[in-house]
Amino acid sequence: MIESFAERIREAAARRRPLRLRGGGTKDFYGDALRGDVLDVGGHAGIVAYEPTELVVTARGGTRMNDLESALSENNQILAFEPPHFGPDATLGGCVAAGLSGPRRASAGALRDFVLGVKLIDGRGQALSFGGQVMKNVAGYDVSRLVAGSLGTLGLIAEVSLKLAPKPHGETTLRLEAQQARALELMNRWAGQPLPVSATAWHDGELTVRLSGSAAGVTAAAARIGGAARDEQFWNSIREQSDAFFSGPEPLWRLSVPSTSPPLELQGRQLIEWGGALRWLKSSENPKAVRDAAKRCKGHATLFRAADKTAGCFSPLEPALARVHRELKSAFDPAGIFNPGRMYPEA
Amino acid sequence: MGAALPVVKALREFLPERAILHEEEDTRPYECDGLTAYRQLPMVVALPETEEQVRRVLQACSSLKIPVVPRGAGTGLSGGALPPGDGVLLSMAKFMRVLRIDPLARVAVVQPGVRNAVVSELAAPFGLYYAPDPSSQIACTIGGNVSENSGGVHCLKYGLTLHNVLGVRGFTIDGEPLQLGGEAPDSPGYDLLALAVGSEGMLFVVTEVTLKLLPTPQCARVIMASFDDVEKAGAAVADVIAAGIVPAGLEMMDRPATHAVEQFVRAGYDLEAAAILLCESDGTPEEVEDEIARMQTLLTRAGATRMTVSRDEAERLRFWSGRKAAFPAVGRISPDYYCMDGTIPRKRLGEVLRFIAALEKKYGLRCPNVFHAGDGNLHPLILFDANNSDELHRTELFAAEVLEKCVEVGGTITGEHGVGVEKINQMCVQFRPPELELFHAVKRAFDPKGLLNPGKAVPTLARCAEYGRMRVHGGQLPHPELPRF
Repeated sequence: MIESFAERIREAAARRRPLRLRGGGTKDFYGDALRGDVLDVGGHAGIVAYEPTELVVTARGGTRMNDLESALSENNQILAFEPPHFGPDATLGGCVAAGLSGPRRASAGALRDFVLGVKLIDGRGQALSFGGQVMKNVAGYDVSRLVAGSLGTLGLIAEVSLKLAPKPHGETTLRLEAQQARALELMNRWAGQPLPVSATAWHDGELTVRLSGSAAGVTAAAARIGGAARDEQFWNSIREQSDAFFSGPEPLWRLSVPSTSPPLELQGRQLIEWGGALRWLKSSENPKAVRDAAKRCKGHATLFRAADKTAGCFSPLEPALARVHRELKSAFDPAGIFNPGRMYPEA
Repeated sequence: MGAALPVVKALREFLPERAILHEEEDTRPYECDGLTAYRQLPMVVALPETEEQVRRVLQACSSLKIPVVPRGAGTGLSGGALPPGDGVLLSMAKFMRVLRIDPLARVAVVQPGVRNAVVSELAAPFGLYYAPDPSSQIACTIGGNVSENSGGVHCLKYGLTLHNVLGVRGFTIDGEPLQLGGEAPDSPGYDLLALAVGSEGMLFVVTEVTLKLLPTPQCARVIMASFDDVEKAGAAVADVIAAGIVPAGLEMMDRPATHAVEQFVRAGYDLEAAAILLCESDGTPEEVEDEIARMQTLLTRAGATRMTVSRDEAERLRFWSGRKAAFPAVGRISPDYYCMDGTIPRKRLGEVLRFIAALEKKYGLRCPNVFHAGDGNLHPLILFDANNSDELHRTELFAAEVLEKCVEVGGTITGEHGVGVEKINQMCVQFRPPELELFHAVKRAFDPKGLLNPGKAVPTLARCAEYGRMRVHGGQLPHPELPRF
């Protein structure tokens, strides 16, 4: 399979014909232009190695996330970054390429924090291997984490090794009433205390918090935090964006800001996650106003879902960074055939 | 004589005289880092105090096309800060300010010359700390930690430097400012912060670092467990992980290591045991009590012959003091020691330790082992005498065989110390030419002229071809009298 992908890539490179690398297609909505002939990676699937006692799994890029996560669940293990799937066909390669993390991000870390190794086919059709199956590895530049979130612009993700976490013994979700400013303060204060907070979300006067850990620790923390119990399914509806907040025709913006940033004065509805660091905005506000608001608090804004993406999905890069991006892109993909323009015109 | 150098003239335009060292008596202290087998006098040492001065040092070197090697405290163990004989050693030692601690946001913004341990000391009044704790934490700097992606004894649960750095600011070799990451998560574009951390000073020079602070656990206790067999201890580690426990620390020392340590610090280790494990739990008192009890059950079942649980903080620190002092302790029982840093999948531990034991016989050298058991990072310490050129030569061959074994079992030649100059030949074993070529291209994306820390971390293909030819000759290197590690 690898050799046929490589062959296809070499042909495309020789003819400078763009390729659109695709797993399950569940994240086609994400990013800028979708250009090129589809190269379907979904058939390259399966777990290659899984050692629960090593806390590491290695699987092929086309492995369905549902299959992967159910194999982990059988051993009481999880992907701690809780990647959104956005559909039953979501693949491991697609999740790594999108680089998105879910509700546990603020406490457990981002997808990139759990990537240990990647096998990649570059734009010359070479199969390359970076990182490995061990947790500590500083040999060579950390290319496997560079690939996380690169939207398939650097190469075809053939195989990924991830660090795993044990499933928490105890978990409970609580709901409190709080206005936005108060909710932001509480989320930040909790995160600075030895409490087992594993997720937070605020919307429309309601602050929801999840506690995960040992049963004893969760019970003790729940007593301190207070509030009423809420269904655990709530987190899934936020992660998969099936919650009512995410419906409606207005564009969906994802603002990433320092967690202590005050409430953002923008038109539309907001939902806050990650202890205050992630602000979802459903709004028809002018894109410049949204990006400026994020920039004022040293953050950035992504046009996450929208019919009209002429404003560009991702915040523009400073000139020095843009130059490094161009150089890296041409190092991995000299003919510029992988998902051109999906992230930036230069990548 | 150095005063006449063009680079000295260029530096004098913006640096005070005290910040430029070029006389041998002044540059001598900079001739090596923690890997003392390699020494090289730098042509010039620059000690800037402001970001603007750093920018101008880089610009001056770039326009004169001379190499620049950044340096923190010089505690690195792989020769990453070995100076350039024909260039500038850029010491960041004057960048010692903690610029901001924000307890609500849980971040510390520091200059790269700030020592690792200082961050946790200053964060302590807010109930916060900085998690990565390399053994050298009282001396090593945050800038050096970023450069090497340093670990420590708590990284199974709390991650490496990579997981605890939110952003860095610095300059390219041409003096262009770069900001990677920051307090807002998931920066747009490629994750260049991931490339920067652990890049061994090869991509750009860091002048400011934003660190993540964590709430200090309310309490911590450690179990010291003895085993009559090293492999049983390794299996016990797997049992703990399989039970869904991620201990705050999980360390192993073999008998030669505990004996060396016990003479130096009275940590109270069981000297009869073939290996001891230190298993730490932290969290709320309820969590710790629960986890310690579960670990004790698992360790007993795995064949622990003795177990002691720390009763108070003083005892906990005493148990750890031995582990943290392992390198200096070994330094007292041997004129020199050579510390390796391979990482292996934990299940191959027994095989690798038997391999090392066989090499001790083959080369006639002793090799105690300390092991970050939780994450598979081995630190075998080969004891030798550098004044004996044959021992030095045998040490080098011994180390090369161990590192190559780590790669063979699916691991890596370096878990946390970096490649530097020390393991550059083994990079040829771990990576194939197309991967090495890509590393060089990554460097060029930041440093097109190849002036930052040249010749470190990533070997040229020509060097690998040469190393491959040497390996063919039965592991016998030509010119054994040359110190080559």
